Amino acid sequence: MPIRKVMKANEAAAWAAKLAKPKVIAAFPITPSTLVPEKISEFVADGELDAEFIKVESEHSAISACVGASAAGVRTFTATASQGLALMHEILFIAAGMRLPIVIAVGNRALSAPINIWNDWQDTISERDTGWLQFYAENNQEALDLILIAYKVAENEKVLLPAMVGFDAFILTHTVEPVEIPDQELVDEFLGEYEPKYAYLDPARPVTQGTLAFPAHYMEARYTVWEANENARKVIDEAFAEFEKKFGRKYQKIEEYRTDDAEIIFVTMGSLAGTVKEYVDHLREQGIKVGVAKMTVYRPFPIEEVRALAKKAKVLALLEKNVTFSVGGALFQDFSRALINESEKPKIVDFILGLGGRDVTFKDLDEALAIAQKALNGEAVDEVNWIGLRKEIL
Amino acid sequence: MAESPFKADIERVQKEYSEKMTPGAIAVIPGSSVINKTGSWRVFMPEFNRDKCVRCYLCYIYCPEPAIYLDEENYPVFDYDYCKGCGVCANECPTDAIIMVRETK
Repeated sequence: MPIRKVMKANEAAAWAAKLAKPKVIAAFPITPSTLVPEKISEFVADGELDAEFIKVESEHSAISACVGASAAGVRTFTATASQGLALMHEILFIAAGMRLPIVIAVGNRALSAPINIWNDWQDTISERDTGWLQFYAENNQEALDLILIAYKVAENEKVLLPAMVGFDAFILTHTVEPVEIPDQELVDEFLGEYEPKYAYLDPARPVTQGTLAFPAHYMEARYTVWEANENARKVIDEAFAEFEKKFGRKYQKIEEYRTDDAEIIFVTMGSLAGTVKEYVDHLREQGIKVGVAKMTVYRPFPIEEVRALAKKAKVLALLEKNVTFSVGGALFQDFSRALINESEKPKIVDFILGLGGRDVTFKDLDEALAIAQKALNGEAVDEVNWIGLRKEIL
Repeated sequence: MAESPFKADIERVQKEYSEKMTPGAIAVIPGSSVINKTGSWRVFMPEFNRDKCVRCYLCYIYCPEPAIYLDEENYPVFDYDYCKGCGVCANECPTDAIIMVRETK
């Protein structure tokens, strides 16, 4: 029987790692994800998890150790956030290019400067071009489930890409919620043993990994990463379906809530989706036709699902906790790319809010709604709007 | 120059080396270094004077590549496909049998 425990998302991530049975975990503690390696080191010390826990001196080393272990042919895990993920940056490309199915739990946190330990998505968003798959959790249960799903997808022969699962700093990492811990046997059935097909060390089968590629081969090697990302779309759907069958919890790349007759659809990710669902319920009581779409999968970008979503709404209001300078938010860019050649498309209005842990309140969402309603009525609005900005101190 | 003792290996790898891209660009057949020559960026090359050589093998031992092997009479033979012109051999040679000269075409 699955057990229910009250825990933080950090602990949920550690539990997910325990259930997935990685052989090597290398991690460096960083706020707000420190508890993940702490909890895992407890599991290892208590003999509950048979794995090598490598204490490293930086995140760059942590991911490097994971790359080494994964290249040797075992399942690996690490956790980080913010500057830690940024310090991993160059190795993230290597992990994806070498097609190593490493999984990282990321406590989504703002990037310096100024130093800020609270939540936004700038850390993982900044790594969107590394080739890694990206999942975003709305609550602690999703943090656990998506890590298991991430392994399932990453290790698929058609994908073989590393994956990161983001959950919001403090809003989830340090907040307790009831979480269902699935049965070990079921997880074993779901994930199976990791059997590397190409990338593993065997003296009887010497190979060279992380090779040098001259201009004659580099482009093709990069294309295979592109292709793997494309393949991941289908594999993710299959993994979601199998997860639902085994564990009873349903996931979709884009989860829609009250969108069927909505004129304005808010699009968001992570824990903010929970807030916006509440907000939408509140608006529906007043007869305002709004809905929410939650991006569970951000990379590969679910282009088809976005196009289907766009057919339902007159205005897509993107609520983003990240900035792509001079453009708006990253979602704005991606949605524009997905819809630019569509003959009929909704208006896309971008909102940047909640950076660095700023609370997103109903008042802020009212502000966004007012602008979205203007756009709905055909009035001119800015494409990018900073919500809750304290103009008086600027 | 004497024929490389790795000729058979080179031919085998050239024959077997797959042109297909593997996931992660893994080189699945070992020994790709025998077809990818690494001596092309040399500026100085070792020039060998057989008359001065006392067959002490220091050059053979010190060559970091190793691009020096020994012929049947135990004289050093330089493999210019892999020699990067570092000059360690010339530096170690006690009899100045090896001197570094500028590479010319």
